[in-house]
Amino acid sequence: MSTPTMATQSQNPPPPASLVRRATSSIVRAPLFGASVALIVAIIAFGIISPRFLAPGNISLILQQSVVIGILAVAQTLIILTAGIDLSIGAIAVLGTVVMAQTAGAVGPVSAILLTLIVCVALGSLNGGLSTLLHLPPFIVTLGTFTAIVAATHLYAGSQTFQVSDPLLTFLGTTFRIGDFVTTYGVVAMLLVYLVVGYALTQTAWGRHVYAVGGNPAAAKLSGVRSDWVTFSVYFFSGVIALIAAWAALGRIPNADPNAYQNANLETITAVVIGGTSLFGGRGGVLGTLIGTLIVGVLRNGLTLAGVDNLYQNIATGVLVIAAVAVDQIMRRRTAR
Amino acid sequence: MNRRFSKRMLVIATAFAATAVLMGTTACSSSAPEQSSSSGGSGDTVKIGLVTKTDSNPFFVKMRESAQESAKENGAELIALAGAFDGDNEGQVAAIENLVSQGVDGIMITPNSSSGILAAIKKARDQGILVVALDTATDPEDAVDATFATDNLAAGVAQGKWVKAALGDKAPKLLMLDGTPGGTVDTFRHDGFLQGMGLSEDSPEVLGMENTNGDQTKAQTAMENLLQRVPDANSLYTINEPAAAGGYAAIKAAGKQDQIVIGSIDGSCTGVENVKNGVIGATVMQFPTKMADEGVKAIVAFAKDGTKPKAGFNDTGSVLITDKPMSGLDSEDTAWGAENCWG
Repeated sequence: MSTPTMATQSQNPPPPASLVRRATSSIVRAPLFGASVALIVAIIAFGIISPRFLAPGNISLILQQSVVIGILAVAQTLIILTAGIDLSIGAIAVLGTVVMAQTAGAVGPVSAILLTLIVCVALGSLNGGLSTLLHLPPFIVTLGTFTAIVAATHLYAGSQTFQVSDPLLTFLGTTFRIGDFVTTYGVVAMLLVYLVVGYALTQTAWGRHVYAVGGNPAAAKLSGVRSDWVTFSVYFFSGVIALIAAWAALGRIPNADPNAYQNANLETITAVVIGGTSLFGGRGGVLGTLIGTLIVGVLRNGLTLAGVDNLYQNIATGVLVIAAVAVDQIMRRRTAR
Repeated sequence: MNRRFSKRMLVIATAFAATAVLMGTTACSSSAPEQSSSSGGSGDTVKIGLVTKTDSNPFFVKMRESAQESAKENGAELIALAGAFDGDNEGQVAAIENLVSQGVDGIMITPNSSSGILAAIKKARDQGILVVALDTATDPEDAVDATFATDNLAAGVAQGKWVKAALGDKAPKLLMLDGTPGGTVDTFRHDGFLQGMGLSEDSPEVLGMENTNGDQTKAQTAMENLLQRVPDANSLYTINEPAAAGGYAAIKAAGKQDQIVIGSIDGSCTGVENVKNGVIGATVMQFPTKMADEGVKAIVAFAKDGTKPKAGFNDTGSVLITDKPMSGLDSEDTAWGAENCWG
């Protein structure tokens, strides 16, 4: 795959071999393969180690614990697909929770959500605008906005924590049951975000342009893709997604705390990378990110159930990140020939 | 074709190797406590969960070690978890949920935020789990079954009274190295100190405040800058002993060791050593060992026959440590401090 086109996995030439071999090879080639295997192996292993692990209540817990980072990781995936990175996405969501909680009393919950949407989209657009108009590296832009947004959040909140009790603002934390399975609307919201963005990425021209801009910007430009607009749109939508994450965060913990989610940016990058999306852009997708998010959630929960120390859990997560990138690199080298 | 296939195998092998490494970690760690056998609800051993603010702070490390020891003495099993950073409510909520999932009899928690994790605590208590707060009270206090903690306001008052006494007739020119903005414990200590000094938040004697997050490096930078603005300061409040050490480094570099009286709180062995060496004038010792021990005992008693601990705030006490005792103030010297310190 050295041709300068969109480097999606579907364009690999089919190997001239038997049907079985062709089928296995296309599965192995998919960047999702490593992540899926890891997730399945982890689930089976924890299921054997701890009988509680596979209980419906516990599976529901893992999903609920994954919601906020899972949603933010969708935005991170979009940005990384364009070969960018967003260090500020978690901070935008935290500011979102504070704005929502603080304005709800004065203007009502619906207006508070709309106001928060405006704030989140404005900050996403600021990141996108600085990256595209001034051609600054996204790493630098979002490093700067991250620092400023965290400080602005503290100023705006007066370093206070705001408690939220409005049923609409905590809606995504409300539980409902399907048979024996109890879960929250936040989990549904997360899955919907994945579905919508997954559809947009794989089934629309916009999605193909996102891959093109990240995979080979020069070729994308030559084939008439308006790269700057595509890149900008990705940051714009990341603002929308940050709002949903902020809303879900208030559902999970009805408290807007300016100190919360300090590691969210890194956690989203972890999920994206484990999910097989390349940090160099143009390769991967949200399904991988969902699997990546769940792997981290399963690992944390499963290792806790098995009585493993927090610090060992961090080592495990770190090893997994490096393993995931190693797999990506090996595949890259293979498909590049 | 063969070459390509072997490459493919390499990829698969790597993926499996990675997972194998992880599973390896799991397998050997989980076999040690032998707890997975007692899976059907309440087994014979009492299971206790501990959720601290972070893994890295020596105070919480000591609390965890003490809890481990106490659990062993009382025939219980301890599972220690923590948030990732000060203010990590999400991490603490997940820890509580996972402990409930694991079927613990009781949970001890040092809440990052007095109100951020109440819903998770309530869910745990609704399932018949005893929840006690250590070190930091919840708001409202009856969100947990009991609290074992230092009365941080009283500790701050003692610290303030000593600094005021050490100043003698001199009018205070006070600088304050605070902790984390909005932190519960931080606010109590800050307010208590001012009360002990006989000052209030907007007294003209208070000449500067900076947040340090209780971090030595940040405290040093903050103090360097404060001294530029207030070169004639004569007293310093510090939120904890690392902040005091950072503040002292800046003071020493400016050659003002004899000009500024430093008061601190915590009671770590390093802190007591610093008091002995004259870095800190006085510190107020708290007792994480006692908090952990009483928490473990309360949960073991509850698991055996349903006895609940005394509800509300149980003060685990604090002691002023200094080699320059002031009349009218109870204190112990650094020799006593070295015997009773933590970390």
